[in-house]
Amino acid sequence: MTQTNVDISDIIAKWKPIKGSLVMMLHAIQGRCGYIPREKAMEVSEKTGIPLSKIYEVLTFYHFFKLTPPPQYQINVCTGTACYLKGAPEILAELNKLIGIKEGETTKDGKYAIAGLRCLGCCGLAPVISINGKIYGQVKASQVKGILEGLDKGEKPA
Amino acid sequence: MNEKIENIKKAFNEEMAKMKNRIIVCGGTGCVASGSMNIYKAFQEEYKKRGLDYTVEITKGCREGSTYISKSGCQGFCAQGPLVSVGDIFYTKVKVEDVPEIVEKTIIKGEVIERLIYKNPADGKTYAKRDDIPFYKKQHRILLHDSGRINPEDINEYIGHGGYQGLVKALEIGPEATIEEMKKSQLRGRGGAGFPTGMKWEFTRKSKGDEKYMICNGDEGDPGAFMDRSLLEGNPHSIVEGMIIAGFATGACKGYFYIRAEYPLAIERIQIAIDACYKTGLLGKNILGTGFNYDLEIRYGAGAFVCGEETALIASTEGLKGTPRPKPPFPAQSGLWQKPTTVNNVETLANVPYILSKGGEWYASIGEGKSRGTKVFAMTGKVKNTGLVEIPLGMTVREVAYDIGGGPTHGTEVKAVQSGGPSGGVIPPQYFDKPITYETLKEIGAIMGSGGLIVMDETDCMVDIAKFYLEFCVDESCGKCSPCRIGGYQMLKLLRKVTEGTATDKDIENIEKIAKAMQTASLCALGQTAPNPVLSTLRYFRNEYEEHIHDKKCKTGKCTKLARYEITDACKGCTLCARNCPVKAISGTVRQKHTIDQSKCIKCGLCFNQCKFKAIVRG
Repeated sequence: MTQTNVDISDIIAKWKPIKGSLVMMLHAIQGRCGYIPREKAMEVSEKTGIPLSKIYEVLTFYHFFKLTPPPQYQINVCTGTACYLKGAPEILAELNKLIGIKEGETTKDGKYAIAGLRCLGCCGLAPVISINGKIYGQVKASQVKGILEGLDKGEKPA
Repeated sequence: MNEKIENIKKAFNEEMAKMKNRIIVCGGTGCVASGSMNIYKAFQEEYKKRGLDYTVEITKGCREGSTYISKSGCQGFCAQGPLVSVGDIFYTKVKVEDVPEIVEKTIIKGEVIERLIYKNPADGKTYAKRDDIPFYKKQHRILLHDSGRINPEDINEYIGHGGYQGLVKALEIGPEATIEEMKKSQLRGRGGAGFPTGMKWEFTRKSKGDEKYMICNGDEGDPGAFMDRSLLEGNPHSIVEGMIIAGFATGACKGYFYIRAEYPLAIERIQIAIDACYKTGLLGKNILGTGFNYDLEIRYGAGAFVCGEETALIASTEGLKGTPRPKPPFPAQSGLWQKPTTVNNVETLANVPYILSKGGEWYASIGEGKSRGTKVFAMTGKVKNTGLVEIPLGMTVREVAYDIGGGPTHGTEVKAVQSGGPSGGVIPPQYFDKPITYETLKEIGAIMGSGGLIVMDETDCMVDIAKFYLEFCVDESCGKCSPCRIGGYQMLKLLRKVTEGTATDKDIENIEKIAKAMQTASLCALGQTAPNPVLSTLRYFRNEYEEHIHDKKCKTGKCTKLARYEITDACKGCTLCARNCPVKAISGTVRQKHTIDQSKCIKCGLCFNQCKFKAIVRG
């Protein structure tokens, strides 16, 4: 999904006539490219007349927009209150031990990235982690290794 | 009475009456994460295998005597999920393997499977029916009632249960009378500030301008709060109906749903609901033949907590960076594209259809003092029954945490309940018998907030909690005004000193000074309220701060730099801790008491968590 050579002209054509739709346009581009490559931001600027600085102002203001390609496995550890209290720090520590990177970092081979995330909205299952959008609930630090091994075998969470 | 709506209602109920029974599998986020969608599929497969007739969608020409297998929105009892109900029998923690047995025993023979019904951990009593369970019994579920029972993706079922009657009523009585009804209900904004909704609508209505807008604030960002998400996902039509009524009453031509991009299911379901409304003639030109024109569109949030503030939300809806601006002018005068705009929270809007169809007086009959109606809370933390609860305002904290929540998880006492997230504060036990209203919460230094309710026990450090919330606000400060941007950062630095044992009394004084400056001088509510968690913990748990400063101690061990682990005489010499200590700080011989070398200990807490004899103490 992470290509810079994909065509986004239809996205721009769709949203350009709609008032105040820059954020929506960027959402659609990220949905297609996996992130917002610089060339695409420039294309938006050229075709809409919105200054590139204005586009980057929006891109860097919001946490959701990514300026670099996503990893193979995006591991998000919920650090919302409930998860934080029920063991999120231990899970982060275990991930750090196993993969060798910290929160906010990506492995050099682009395989794993770890991020702390605010509440995922299922605090009843705390502590929760999500890997590529799939949610794992009531995770114990001791289970992290097994979950990572499961990814390589193509296992999906129940 | 609107003929079109009546016909849909009649048709749905006629088809529904053909069903012999109904299986509802909870499709809320919590249950889906626990695997409920596999259970939903497994029921269909089991029916196929047995050659039994089932229906997954109620449409024209349903077969007589069939079983309706449906999903529902969040039923609130998330920790007990996946939830399945068969008629009024209510099963918790259901697994795919249980499906054949449920069909065999419950569907065919009408028997209750004891193993799957809810058992109250407090007294061991079991409950076969949902409404008898203490968690549900004490609640007053208006918004959540339908969310747990109807298929959120079916407009006909919503109408079949009385949906869009509120809109029909509003269109009949006209905008002014609709606003009057809202005023009578005394509904106040459920996003936190508690401004009377009827008055807000009236301001926009009376503002001059040919173009007016409605915005639904679905940028729920408080850590620990998920009420709005559940409502958007569980009963999307109630919020769409609320948006149409609000648009009609305020004179808006268009409404925007602003929903966090992190809530894809909510976005999907609202879109399905909007599309169905266009098809049914509830949106677009000449709605239900009344000449009222109104459109709805979704805008995605992009992960900025400050966008929950209404002026920042408006900027973000315009596709710009979401920073707040000073008020006045208020959005009712100059909002989206400088036009009069009303911004309402999701839960506020979800109440509107019920108020219109049942009357403002009915709504106002629930509640206490100036806080009328119900409020949905997301209860989490150290409490047995976590999940979504809807209570009449005026209920006490104790009733919510103990009667509904089932009390603390580990038998210890509840130390405090946090309300209002990063803008709120803690409620200590001496106030547990105070009624939950906007006024009482404010008085004791917490706030109603959007509805996060986090229960804490003796293992939670209040300084650590305050630091957690402040870190959140510092992270999320948009940076536009200096009291929030710089004040928050400096305050956090001082708080870190407290948790690391290097602070002095002077630092507490400075924290209080900075807090005051932020409260007075910040541009928007984010900065103005960011010091609340710190101030409220200082007010009620000052002794904990003092322990950190004077005794360099954190009783709970949460402030790891201050933690100290020691092995007691309960040690059996099993060597587990010594083998697992990452820095080899534990020594001792087999079957003899071990000791920890404090100079080597990195206070990771591994030994404490692993010891099977509870022989390691943290102090």
